[in-house]
Amino acid sequence: MKTLTVLGPLSDIPLGEGRAYAVGDDMIAVFRLRDGSLRAVSAVCPHKGGPLADGQIDNSVVVCPLHLFSWDLSTGCSQSGQPPIAVYPVRADDGQIVLGE
Amino acid sequence: MTQKLVVIGNGMAGARTVEEILARNGCFSVTMFGDEPYGNYNRIMLSNLLAGVETEEGIFLNDLAWYRENGITLNTGTRIERIDAAGKAVYDAEGNATPYDKLIIATGSYSWTPPIKGIHHPKRGYHQGVFAFRTLDDTRGMIRYARDHERAVVIGGGLLGLEAARGLQNHVSHVTLLHAMGHLMERQLDPKAGQMLQASVEGKLGIKVITNAMTTEILGKDRVTGVTLADGTVVECDVVVIAAGIRPNTGMVADSGLPVERGIVVDDQMRVRGHEDIYSVGECAQHRGNLYGLVGPLWEQARVLADHITGTAGVAYTGSKLHTKLKVAGIDVASMGLIAPEHDEDEVIVYNEPKKGVYKQLIIRDDVLVGATLVGDNSKAASLIRHFDRGTALPEERSELIFDIGGAVEASPEQMPDDTQVCNCNGVSKGAVCGAVAGGCATVGGVMDKTRAGKGCGTCKPLVQRIVEWANGGAAEEDPAASWYVPGVPMPKPELMAAIRKHRLTSVSSVFATLVPGGAEDAKSKMGLASLLKMMWGADYVDERDARFINDRVHGNIQKDGSFSVVPQMKGGVTTPAELKRIAEVAEKYRVPMVKLTGGQRIDLLGVPKEQLPAMWADLGMPSGYAYAKSFRTVKTCVGSDFCRFGVGDSTALGIAIEERYQGLEGPGKMKLAVTGCPRNCAEAYVKDLGVVAIDGGKWEIYVGGAAGAHIRKGDLLTTVGSADEVIRLTGRFLQYYRENANWLERTYAFVPRVGIDRIREIVVDDVDGIAAALDAAVEEAVQAYRDPWKERAEPATPGQFRTSLPLTVLPQVPVRS
Ligand code: SRM
Ligand SMILES: Cc1cc2nc3c(=O)[nH]c(=O)nc-3n(C[C@H](O)[C@H](O)[C@H](O)COP(=O)(O)OP(=O)(O)OC[C@H]3O[C@@H](n4cnc5c(N)ncnc54)[C@H](O)[C@@H]3O)c2cc1C
Ligand code: SF4
Ligand code: FES
Repeated sequence: MKTLTVLGPLSDIPLGEGRAYAVGDDMIAVFRLRDGSLRAVSAVCPHKGGPLADGQIDNSVVVCPLHLFSWDLSTGCSQSGQPPIAVYPVRADDGQIVLGE
Repeated sequence: MTQKLVVIGNGMAGARTVEEILARNGCFSVTMFGDEPYGNYNRIMLSNLLAGVETEEGIFLNDLAWYRENGITLNTGTRIERIDAAGKAVYDAEGNATPYDKLIIATGSYSWTPPIKGIHHPKRGYHQGVFAFRTLDDTRGMIRYARDHERAVVIGGGLLGLEAARGLQNHVSHVTLLHAMGHLMERQLDPKAGQMLQASVEGKLGIKVITNAMTTEILGKDRVTGVTLADGTVVECDVVVIAAGIRPNTGMVADSGLPVERGIVVDDQMRVRGHEDIYSVGECAQHRGNLYGLVGPLWEQARVLADHITGTAGVAYTGSKLHTKLKVAGIDVASMGLIAPEHDEDEVIVYNEPKKGVYKQLIIRDDVLVGATLVGDNSKAASLIRHFDRGTALPEERSELIFDIGGAVEASPEQMPDDTQVCNCNGVSKGAVCGAVAGGCATVGGVMDKTRAGKGCGTCKPLVQRIVEWANGGAAEEDPAASWYVPGVPMPKPELMAAIRKHRLTSVSSVFATLVPGGAEDAKSKMGLASLLKMMWGADYVDERDARFINDRVHGNIQKDGSFSVVPQMKGGVTTPAELKRIAEVAEKYRVPMVKLTGGQRIDLLGVPKEQLPAMWADLGMPSGYAYAKSFRTVKTCVGSDFCRFGVGDSTALGIAIEERYQGLEGPGKMKLAVTGCPRNCAEAYVKDLGVVAIDGGKWEIYVGGAAGAHIRKGDLLTTVGSADEVIRLTGRFLQYYRENANWLERTYAFVPRVGIDRIREIVVDDVDGIAAALDAAVEEAVQAYRDPWKERAEPATPGQFRTSLPLTVLPQVPVRS
């Protein structure tokens, strides 16, 4: 992802939760960790399509709300033998959520 | 070098063979011809499609994109008319030639039509109203036609005919099955089993069966009006389905000069006899004199063919052992191998219980299972098929083969094949559990986390434990976390509560920061901690929304497609016409995909997009029924003494009063209650977390720890009291004791036996510990703190609380019934 996309204000995402954004043809779930940093991953669970943005997180993983499989938010790797999820570079800039390198 | 591979026939065997070849990285450019206009679908599932339990999309195995993605040229709707084996090319009807280096013939079978007068129409193939049952188009045509008609006749009482008859019942009201032989499924069942099956098909399904029925004529001028049998009987009908057998599609192959007897003759490498570069696979192939009409053998043939064509030496197909199951819900039939003994020494074991329609027969030769027939009870089919396929040693005690006898013969992990499904909710096999242990995870909890075995309904947990113990050489490793309240905070519940009080920790994040070495948060612990802190601190609890599970963030239960369900409160299962009208109007206005009566005596509006929830709640104007939370759920009631001639107590009023008071109370697990008006127990109070039963003399019995979900348990009698007020008070006291002392997700059916009903009675009824007043006060405080969460609708509690998490998905993705 070379282009930068501003998804919206940081205040859109409550601390410790996630929200989903449509970016082109992708659905991306952005999480605001309790340590203040952001993570972005594909929004659709590879298991059976669960909405990952509705999942619970901590500072390392997201747990899908449907069957509670979990994925590492930084690497996208599953901790329970599921296919990995895509991870995207994301950061906060001047109160805005910015997707891209 | 890339070779040209041509496949004639794009059915189950052809496509599977190509898949197997691709998986072996065969170096081919593949061209396929199929005379059906589709990609490859699961022909077996046509029965389920007809019966309405499968959709058309659901039965496709390889859609057109699959062919594209794998670089396969697919010619649908194209029939190959000739093979030029000398010139190495195939020709379609227009005379177009396609050259090949290797050719696979997988033309399958067609539905055989018995010689019956009037079955064909001179212009249209079949007479109007007559159908074969082989292809998707046949099935579509049948469904379309049957929908507008009333009476169907199926000709043929084998597997296919029975499934057709059952499926047609989904579309017409009368189905008659005509079978030319003396009993049903005569190729798989002996006469006795066949008659037993007939009795079930007639009695349970209501399908009329006529055996020894030779159909001689189809009646009706422009469309079918009936059929005539050899004995002169006329059966009126407007749909006729022929399921009288199949014949291999070999005409074109024989005309092209290839060797065809009953089928296309192949050797053990699936090569057509005398032709190095031509293979045949599937129902059209004749191997060692046998033709196969089931998919199991086709898969084996496909593997051998793929191995051979991609250069693996020494592979051979040596024939298949056949086993079948009837795919008709409610009618269990399984058959494998012999249906009758062949030698004097063959051991025959028979169990026969005509009243229940159960018949089981085993044929054993030299201690190996060579045949089995099961009618009316398939519970042992899987293990018998394994013995049959693998020829494994049989237990001394033969009865163990046909019955599950108590716990004594519970499968030991050692004997269990690796592919046995251990967890039926999450589909985890014994092999997967052992794999996790081999991968270094030797605690039961750890294996459950890794594989998700035991994380569904939980009934398989003891089995998972035994497998882990066995795989780890006798004992599982001590799981320190097993006693912790939640996995991420290293303390059992009493210790944890003491620490929370000592440090006055009122938010979930402060618990992690203070009580976890290193302060690491744990996503899977948040929900349990939120519940505990809310119970402990009431109004002083600092509610961090991220600690809540999604259901509790938006006050609805998440569905498989990411939508939510709305279950309004309906105390005691009692409603009013006005309320029903409002629900109906809301359901219409928001086009709710399904309105359903729940097992908890209220109404569920299912499949609602998240963003619609607040508006719906407002229009409903009813409080939340808490059908999504680990909390007090419902109080089921019966009509009781107000209406019922047996009622000895006003169960409805008491149920409503209990629900009114304890609504929404959160806890370590769900709390489901019931009040019933007499011991006939129509409200199922004996199997509730807390159940109240009115008994004669104005008294009420209170039962606790009952269950009828994943676990079944009759509740223990806590006490008998003389007034409704007393019931309400003891209910609160018991629930509070449970809230304070049960482990996270420990339902009362586990909690009550763990603590012991006598001990619970001492505390809750007799107040031996002197804490009754404190329990009463604590629950009263919680009752006062109740606030309907559906009021949280004008102002979202957090930004985007009700924003969809699936922005590009059109909801609903669940079936719409309205
Ligand atoms: C809607 C309903 C089925 C129905 O169509 O009737 C239902 C639906 C669900 N039940 Fe149930 N249960 C429903 C009555 C029951 C009953 C019968 C009853 O309440 O009288 C039981 C047996 C009693 C019991 O609870 O033991 C029942 C035993 C379960 C269990 C097994 C609990 C156990 O430990 O044995 C689960 C799984 C769980 O709790 O982990 C479960 C879980 C579920 C969940 C919440 C699964 C989930 O987490 O998504 C289902 C939600 C479907 C949805 O999307 O809305 N449901 N479930 C019933 C709602 C009743 C209500 O009005 O509140
Ligand atoms: C309703 C139903 C239920 C069944 N249930 C079961 C079951 O429960 N269990 C089980 O094991 N089996 C079941 N079967 C049988 C199973 O479907 C078959 O054994 C299997 O489909 C055979 O695969 P095949 O590839 O040999 O033939 P097919 O799947 O019939 O494929 C052959 C394909 O080749 C095409 N074709 C033929 N000639 C030509 C030509 N000249 N040019 C181009 N294309 C051609 C045909 O149109 C067809 O598409 C069932 C069958 C039916 C109809
Ligand atoms: S509603 Fe209950 S029984 Fe039905 S599928 Fe869901 S959890 Fe299982
Ligand atoms: S859909 Fe995400 S875990 Fe099943």
